[in-house]
Amino acid sequence: MFNKILIANRGEIAVRVARTARALGIRSVAVYSSADQDALHVEVCDEAWCIGGAAASESYLDGERILEVARQCGAEAIHPGYGFLSENAGFARACEAAGMVFIGPPASAIDAMGSKSEAKALMAKAGVPLVPGYHDADQDDARLGQESKRIGYPQLIKASAGGGGKGMRLVENAQEFPAALVSARREASASFGDDKVLIERYLTRPRHVELQVFADTQGNCVHLFERDCSIQRRHQKVLEEAPAPGLGADLRQRMGAAAIDCARAINYVGAGTVEFLLDEDGSFYFMEMNTRLQVEHPVTEMITGQDLVEWQLRVAAGEPLPLEQSEIGCQGHAIEARIYAEMPQRDFMPAAGQILYLKPPDNRAGVRIDSGVRRGDLIGINYDPMIAKLIVHAADRNAALAKLAHALSQYHILGLNTNIGFLGSLVTLSEFGAADFDTGFIGKHRERLFAQSPLYLQQARVLAAAATLPAFEIRHDRASDSAWDAHDLWRVNLPATQHIELDHDGDSAVVAVRRVDGGWRFELDGESYRLSGGWIDAHNMRLDLNDERIEFPVIRTADSISLGHRGQAYRFEIPDRVDTGGIDAAGADHPRAPMSGAVVALPVAVGDTVEPGDTLMVIEAMKMEHTIVAEVSGSVKEILFAVGDQVDEGDTLVLLEVESR
Amino acid sequence: MSILESRISNRSDEFRHNSSAMQELVADLRARASTIAEGGGERAREKHLGRGKLLPRDRIDRLVDPGSPFLEIGQFAGYQMYGDDNVAAGGLIAGIGRIHGLECMIVANDATVKGGTYYPITVKKHLRAQAIAQENNLPCIYLVDSGGAHLPSQDDVFPDREHFGRIFFNQANMSAQGIPQIAVVMGSCTAGGAYVPAMCDQSIIVRQQGTIFLGGPPLVKAATGEVVSAEDLGGADVHARISGVADHYAHNDEHALSMARDIVATLNRQKKPDLVLRDVIEPRYPVDELYGIVPSSLRKPFDIREIIARLVDDSAFDEFKQLYGTTLICGFAHLYGIPVGIVANNGILFSESALKGAHFIELCAKRRIPLVFLQNITGFMVGQKYEHGGIARDGAKMVTAVACARVPKLTLVVGGSFGAGNYAMCGRAYGGRFLWMWPNARISVMGGEQAATVLAQVRRDGLEARGEPWSEADEDSFKDPIRTQYEHQGHPYYASARLWDDGIIDPADSRRVLGLGLSAALNAPIEATEFGIFRM
Repeated sequence: MFNKILIANRGEIAVRVARTARALGIRSVAVYSSADQDALHVEVCDEAWCIGGAAASESYLDGERILEVARQCGAEAIHPGYGFLSENAGFARACEAAGMVFIGPPASAIDAMGSKSEAKALMAKAGVPLVPGYHDADQDDARLGQESKRIGYPQLIKASAGGGGKGMRLVENAQEFPAALVSARREASASFGDDKVLIERYLTRPRHVELQVFADTQGNCVHLFERDCSIQRRHQKVLEEAPAPGLGADLRQRMGAAAIDCARAINYVGAGTVEFLLDEDGSFYFMEMNTRLQVEHPVTEMITGQDLVEWQLRVAAGEPLPLEQSEIGCQGHAIEARIYAEMPQRDFMPAAGQILYLKPPDNRAGVRIDSGVRRGDLIGINYDPMIAKLIVHAADRNAALAKLAHALSQYHILGLNTNIGFLGSLVTLSEFGAADFDTGFIGKHRERLFAQSPLYLQQARVLAAAATLPAFEIRHDRASDSAWDAHDLWRVNLPATQHIELDHDGDSAVVAVRRVDGGWRFELDGESYRLSGGWIDAHNMRLDLNDERIEFPVIRTADSISLGHRGQAYRFEIPDRVDTGGIDAAGADHPRAPMSGAVVALPVAVGDTVEPGDTLMVIEAMKMEHTIVAEVSGSVKEILFAVGDQVDEGDTLVLLEVESR
Repeated sequence: MSILESRISNRSDEFRHNSSAMQELVADLRARASTIAEGGGERAREKHLGRGKLLPRDRIDRLVDPGSPFLEIGQFAGYQMYGDDNVAAGGLIAGIGRIHGLECMIVANDATVKGGTYYPITVKKHLRAQAIAQENNLPCIYLVDSGGAHLPSQDDVFPDREHFGRIFFNQANMSAQGIPQIAVVMGSCTAGGAYVPAMCDQSIIVRQQGTIFLGGPPLVKAATGEVVSAEDLGGADVHARISGVADHYAHNDEHALSMARDIVATLNRQKKPDLVLRDVIEPRYPVDELYGIVPSSLRKPFDIREIIARLVDDSAFDEFKQLYGTTLICGFAHLYGIPVGIVANNGILFSESALKGAHFIELCAKRRIPLVFLQNITGFMVGQKYEHGGIARDGAKMVTAVACARVPKLTLVVGGSFGAGNYAMCGRAYGGRFLWMWPNARISVMGGEQAATVLAQVRRDGLEARGEPWSEADEDSFKDPIRTQYEHQGHPYYASARLWDDGIIDPADSRRVLGLGLSAALNAPIEATEFGIFRM
């Protein structure tokens, strides 16, 4: 076994790998970018080395620099985690050349699976079933157009070199194809430096079921059951569970065998995942093989009781697999929920910001949190918006669901938007409970998922109003030193009433706060709430809402109140009615960046005339493109950023000379 | 300090009877106050709001520190004074509120009430607010939105010493004394009104809302034939950019009020109370028991100490000369940690009580302890024995003491306020900083029954001298209108409408109101007192 390994990654996976290393008595070396100098993974490792700038290309993707550090610190092996260099065959080869163990498959296996088209050809040869598609190297537009028509709709265009949904476009009909192709190529090129694409038939009610496989250098290969990852948004996984609900023993056996065939076909070594699309009729098709440890590996660990990182380390050290196929058991049911910094209600747009408050669920049996962040961390624009994983394990699926729902309700993150509340609605949806789903589940149930319980929102708004009231403050002084220090809105012979206006997601409402019989009464939309209590510390309030005692975290800024209520995080803006008369209140003449990111396209030039809807600028943030469009007719007066520049949320991007009517 | 022991039971029939009677009065008071707070009525309010303006009370809510109290004065000004003309709150809302922790006098015109024009009572209220500001050293914020003098009442608002012009006289003199004068022009400031912002230390004007001019467009047209819009004549752009009459340009009411708060934040003033303050301890008895103490009939006596016990910190009261002149209760206590001397009636004033009162007021003046008067007084004792004993001389001593004492004096009328007792107990004429009435109180030169009897006696004497008969029934019908007149004019609504006081208050608010007023009074340094001649 190794004495020291370098973890060429960041965030929760780096923390996760370090934990097993420590358990096995292996020293761990963290590498970090300048943006991560205070990150959790840097702290939990035994050593830490700075490898460059914030941009991944200058740090976590800089294989040479990482190898140099590995040599300098005396590491014997490099664990690549997932993402970054984990599926980079060139890096695997460079490790080999440098005499460094790459904790992953041989470069040849990565290569074999790296190009989706080539992978499919290989699989076809190995007898693994495939979805109808086009995977050839000929990327001529006309040829692609023909193939598109042959395969039929709906279909997907994917980056040949890609993964994780980047460069992927859904095409519903032939008319949509050309535009989707252009866009897929651009994203493929930006993400992978390769604009080759493939086309595949898109199954209408498919489930995403993947098999965890493991192979060693002695020729052993096993699977560790499947994971159902059908619940996705933007083609990225949100919930993963094992075992897959409703999968019969026969199907499981057949899929397992196919997965092992797949791994053997490419002489696989280490941890890998073979992804299948499972159709309603029980037929399944090979999608791709991920030649690395998956984000969702913990669910497999929970049901098998195995530590997959330990397996990886043993296999990399040349040991045989710890267990034979017949020894691998499946116990109970596990579900993982990915906690993303994002705005589910705005099409899951990534959110950036600082974690002002972080309170994970209580530590109890069967609840696991793999997190890479702490309070105070900035979730920036540089890396993936996934900030943690919440995994639960219980005797059966229903128990696991209940446990997950409860844990989510206890998970509080304030300061930036997360999908925790959304996950809460997701896991409590009856169709999910009944395992009646496919990969289109979120889209199909969108309305119900986003119909935030109006009552909870109303209550949250009332709580937010309480958080603005001086009367609920902790009073550090004695009762008061003057009658003037009272904060009860007192007026001579008149009811004490205050109106607190709070915006939530663009929706404004006024809470009327009244002092009645020495207590507080809050009124909103015809409902009346009695409130008492107050702040218990700088970030938490304890209030009696009518007769229910609730304790919740609150973060206040000058113009907003963020709070957690019944598992949901709410952010209320305190509208500024002070009109200081900007150039144009609507801001149409100076569009601003909706989020932080980098400018990737600038189709307009100074002097151009634009119409509403014209693209002014394209910003890439969190590896997704956001288009800034003109809302008014006018001409471009000034462009304040160039392609490649970083912009911050709220930055004015372009100045327009608005056409006067 | 000794703690007052309450002897009443809130379960007794008498208590319950008193309490329900008082609460009825309070309910009536609050109902009327709510109507007053609606200003000039629904239509006027909607028109006002339709212009993008905030209502005056909402302006005040935004001007003062969030959640903090607003001690309104003269809420009932003009109440039922002008026949069909409803001049709610005198067309002007005034009171003390805290802005950035600083107690300020806020004077806000209510344009929904007769266009914010100045009726005689409006002028009186404006001057009263200024007097409070001047005596207590409170910065003044004028939220101006007024059409100027109410022209039909010009003889009662324009020419005299205490008329419109006095407003600007006061502004100049307060400014001279270092009392900041700040105007926020949120509507019209026409004619004389133009001097409100012009005479201020600093002024803010709201664009498309505020106008300042000596003569409005109609007057200009009449005088010179020039046709000009109000905005071009004296709008925000004119005064902030061209004339310099206004110093700050606000985009809307909220902006203007936030700027006014910013100005107060930079006044560089600090309240430095020169008294030994204590920690605040709430009274030992519930304040709402005050409802049950005072009998529904003013004729019935009650122990004023029961009221004191529910007003002062910890119900602690160090009584002075407890065994002497027992119809006047004097003693030291604390109100919100501030030391006070309390002078309270427990019956009619005799020579001894007057002497005791004079002595106690001297003590407080010498020690610079503020005075709180709790009035429930029918007057000084009359009769040969007392005149021979020189009660006029002893009463004069107390009146002299009250008149000359330079410490803050606050008066609360909890029952009757009749005759010379009103003077000795710091009635309106005696320069108290504040004077409030409970809704059960009555104020007149003497009681209605008493006045009717005196007048009937005089008449009977006259008739009998001429040998004319006067039947009991005739006498009764003679006395009735007198009783009615006294009851009507002695009523708090009548009194407060004429600003004989600073407001009628809910007894349960007494501690707070006194505390707010007393604290506000401490903004001005307490001067040393020089007494006049005490006739010995």
